[in-house]
Amino acid sequence: MACYENDFGNPSSVHRYGRRTRVQIDEARDTVAALLGVSAASIFFCSGGTEANNTIIKGLAKICKDRGRHLITSSTEHPAVLDTCAYLARQGFEVTYLPVNEAGVVDLQALEEALTDATALVSIMHANNETGVIQPIADIARLAHQRGALVHTDAVQSFGKIPFNVDELEVDLLSFSGHKLYAPKGIGGWYARTPTALQPLLHGGHQERGLRSGTENVASIVALGKACEVAARDMHAEWERLQHLQQRLEHGILESIPNARIQSAEASRLPSTTNVAFAGVEGETLLMSLDLQGVAISTGSACSSGSLEPSHVLKAMAVPETHLYGALRLSTGRSTTPDDIDYVLECLPDMVKHASMA
Amino acid sequence: MYSEIVQDHFEHPRNVGVLAPADAEAEVMNPACGDIMRLYLKIDGDRIVEAKFQTQGCPAAIAAGSMSTEMLVDMSLEEAAGFKRDAVDAALGGLPPQKGHSAVLVEDAVKAAIANYRKRQSG
Repeated sequence: MACYENDFGNPSSVHRYGRRTRVQIDEARDTVAALLGVSAASIFFCSGGTEANNTIIKGLAKICKDRGRHLITSSTEHPAVLDTCAYLARQGFEVTYLPVNEAGVVDLQALEEALTDATALVSIMHANNETGVIQPIADIARLAHQRGALVHTDAVQSFGKIPFNVDELEVDLLSFSGHKLYAPKGIGGWYARTPTALQPLLHGGHQERGLRSGTENVASIVALGKACEVAARDMHAEWERLQHLQQRLEHGILESIPNARIQSAEASRLPSTTNVAFAGVEGETLLMSLDLQGVAISTGSACSSGSLEPSHVLKAMAVPETHLYGALRLSTGRSTTPDDIDYVLECLPDMVKHASMA
Repeated sequence: MYSEIVQDHFEHPRNVGVLAPADAEAEVMNPACGDIMRLYLKIDGDRIVEAKFQTQGCPAAIAAGSMSTEMLVDMSLEEAAGFKRDAVDAALGGLPPQKGHSAVLVEDAVKAAIANYRKRQSG
């Protein structure tokens, strides 16, 4: 609120009001950079994860098109990546969509076989938004770099939730989004090891060192900085707390509901996401039943998508048809308590029974 | 997204269950989204006197099934044979465009049930 009331200067302005907001943005940038273990000069702000993914993938493809017109991504990416790759495919780029195993982890063998000297970019998400499964980004990066390709990871789901830094991941580019770590919606950004190698999406006043023109969303950038500060401070404690809640929830579901299947159960996952599928029930019906009881969850069910297609992520994982239509994503966060978990465990079994035909 | 009528039929579906024995039965499926509907009818003379349904489907499918069983009771077999998806859709206060398949599913179920009855009569 202080941003709106007192610090309304345009950061591009030379006068004192501008200089003040410029400093605020720089401080926020420092905090974001610190969370990733990189220099502030490699962090750029924009309107969110979608814009970051678009900027990176399109911006790089354009630069690299003389070197190579081949892009590699996975079959389980967020639509912001998949749709962008599909767009580039229509522009004459060749896109390989790597398969994943039943746990949703990218097939490294397939990556090795797909890489060519014409591969410009490999883009694989760090953690999946539907299942929470974490990809072996460092292994992927090493393989890609051996063939001279650049590596991008969409870290929207993992940033601020699990401890990692860019050096560990060995990536050249990374996307992040604010609202996943309690900053406002409509703010995010990217990390770039060598920023000048990206063609910007937005031209204009040369903000963000020419890579993202447009007057900065100062209040949201400041909020993102604060959110990163809090996330860094509480990271380990939250991670442990959420893991306990996840175990409580998943154990409870498996004990009380027959034929429940937790996706990526044995794989390395975010502690805050549980993707559970029930046999013979439909996801949107469960979602509405839970909503009526005050529980807000998500489903990738076919019926709830405009296209009537079930989740592309679950399909890529070969989730059996018996369960494909009855998958729910339950996400936890700072406000989730053990009582909340118990409440869900109380209502869910009857809802599943009620929604099933048997 | 859903009309109040749909929400009501979702929260309080009418005529859920099985009729055993039934005079006519059908099970239909929509392969696109995996929705399944079962319909059971009791028929007296040439009128439907009781109808029950079961469904594995989204709220629209549940509401469509529930509404259709209400509409079917007291219908003549001839009327039921002409049962149209638009009638269910209208009775529900209109389904969202991407949920039209639920009304189609119900129409298919009714047609299949009538065909099942005719087959039983002739066989």
